[in-house]
Amino acid sequence: MAEDPTPTREELSRVEYAPPAKTWMDTGVDIPNRRGNWCYASDAKHPEYLGQPNAHDWAPQNEDWNLPENWQRIILDGMKERLEKYRSFRLFMDICVRCGACADKCHFYLGTGDPKNMPVLRAELLRSVYKRYFTKAGRMFGKLAGARDLTIDVLKEWYYYFYQCTECRRCSVFCPYGIDTADVTMIGRELLNLVGINIGWIMEPAANCYRTGNHLGVRPNTFKDNLDFAAEDLEDITGVHVDVPIDRKGAEVLVVVPSADYFANPHYFTFLGYLALFHEIGLDYTFSPFATEGGNFGLFLSHDMMKRLNAKIYFEARRLGVKWILGAECGHMWRVLHQYMDTMNGPADFLETPKSPVTGTVFTNAKATSTVHITEFTADLIRHDKLDLDKSRNDHLKVTFHDSCNPARAVGLLDEPRYIMKKVLNNFIEMPENTIREQTFCCGGGSGLGSDENMEARMRGGLPRANAVKYVKDEYGVNTLACICAIDKAVLPPLIDYWVGGVEVAGIHEFVGNALMMKGQNERLTDLRNEPIPHLQKREAEEEVKSDA
Amino acid sequence: MSEFMKVVDGVELPLDEDGFLQEPEMWSEAVAVAFAGDEGVEEMTDEHWKVVNYLREYYLKNKIAPMVRRLCKETGFNVKKIYELFPSGPAKGACKLAGLPKPTGCV
Repeated sequence: MAEDPTPTREELSRVEYAPPAKTWMDTGVDIPNRRGNWCYASDAKHPEYLGQPNAHDWAPQNEDWNLPENWQRIILDGMKERLEKYRSFRLFMDICVRCGACADKCHFYLGTGDPKNMPVLRAELLRSVYKRYFTKAGRMFGKLAGARDLTIDVLKEWYYYFYQCTECRRCSVFCPYGIDTADVTMIGRELLNLVGINIGWIMEPAANCYRTGNHLGVRPNTFKDNLDFAAEDLEDITGVHVDVPIDRKGAEVLVVVPSADYFANPHYFTFLGYLALFHEIGLDYTFSPFATEGGNFGLFLSHDMMKRLNAKIYFEARRLGVKWILGAECGHMWRVLHQYMDTMNGPADFLETPKSPVTGTVFTNAKATSTVHITEFTADLIRHDKLDLDKSRNDHLKVTFHDSCNPARAVGLLDEPRYIMKKVLNNFIEMPENTIREQTFCCGGGSGLGSDENMEARMRGGLPRANAVKYVKDEYGVNTLACICAIDKAVLPPLIDYWVGGVEVAGIHEFVGNALMMKGQNERLTDLRNEPIPHLQKREAEEEVKSDA
Repeated sequence: MSEFMKVVDGVELPLDEDGFLQEPEMWSEAVAVAFAGDEGVEEMTDEHWKVVNYLREYYLKNKIAPMVRRLCKETGFNVKKIYELFPSGPAKGACKLAGLPKPTGCV
């Protein structure tokens, strides 16, 4: 059992940017002495359950990783296969000119000062092996041509640095060639997985997801129970009885949410917001008892696992006979759905091009996947004046918005969340422009790195984001950090507590649910968190005094 | 793969690296007491037992921890109170004492 090794804020904020004296090729990584910066290995039972190759027990801090005897051959064969299969991978291995534009764009480099966290150098860890075994120059000139033998020390570096990249793709925004470094990390992790090297925080959720449909392992009966509980809770707060349909064949829309929305705080308040909204507009929808997860930790392991875990969404859409799919506030789900689902699990020719039953808007942008993001859907409702909103119910909040990496950079959902917030609350303040929209800084715990044993890495990687939050808190009194990703909602609170303090994390549909005027509602004096709304309580008290007089 | 153990009443309990019980069925009240100190709980009061017993009961029925909100509603304690009782929080603190596995995913 590890004691919490996280250094103090003062210690962590002293980042040393001077590179080591030896060249990058000669500096290995001292894993046992970097506790707090890496994740535990997975218990072999999870990769075994998922049928992954060479599943075995091992530990990062041990000298011997119990690798299969022919591990080098397995990796090189795997590399060859992927070079042939993914043109992007070969391109990214060949094309980099080491201009360095990406170097200081990575939050992990900014927070650690470790040169191997420069995206260019992280990719070079893989590229050097590619050169050695797959290029003529590398085979002939070795080190002179930037080529390295695949040794155990190189493999250990892969593990350490590919699990210190959150696949956020901020570096790719600045790369003049458009090299997608997340793709490089994904291949690096796939290759490690071929020899049974993977982490618990990814493998256990993936195994749970394969078994039950969600990362937590919530079974259908418990899922239904949770939905019913949320409906009752919402009624207690709003006075409005809400039906939450599950497994209802013939519904128009299948709604898919991240499992944390019906489990954890503060996600849950966003979930209440969806339920209130769907009720109020009379949406003909259903939840599925099996497609109970938008997220996909398979994305963080391998293309194959991503595909297997995602298959349930279309399967359930077909079984339930819906016309289209509405996806909720989930981050990496949207990279999978937007970028891979159509070709991976599709074509979804049994679905229709999504059309809002309330406004008539046809989401032609979602024609290929038949899946609409909830902020697009809600922004359209508001744009057509279909919601009765009382913005003042959010007046106790001063809100800034953290663009979640995948919805922002993989899908381009930059304006919809902002449009909604400006319509449902009065106090919205942007963080500095080089930290938002396409240039957003990662939460530090994405891509399956939201565990606890790597807390130092999370705090370091999240420093640039926290710094921007601190700025708007100090300058403008911001007290709420909004986001549209379940990982964000889980990992931003400890990050902000560590570096900033006094700022709560919330989802956008929590604000929508707060502001939404519902037919038959009670006197709303609390928000969805059941916390008093100060100015409304004060007004109520004043009115009571008046009527008494 | 357990290199971690805790001995309670002469029984060796295998733990995961975070100190959670590997086999939730090996739990007993003595286990909760033995874990308490590690999680910053000085003394197990009636309020602590209320939380632990509820978690235990829910887990045996559902094989998963309850929603945080449900835990609050059923015990009558708000999240702040849960953190006062279990400084490492509902998941890492209360669930560990109750012998539940650590919740995984985007939580």
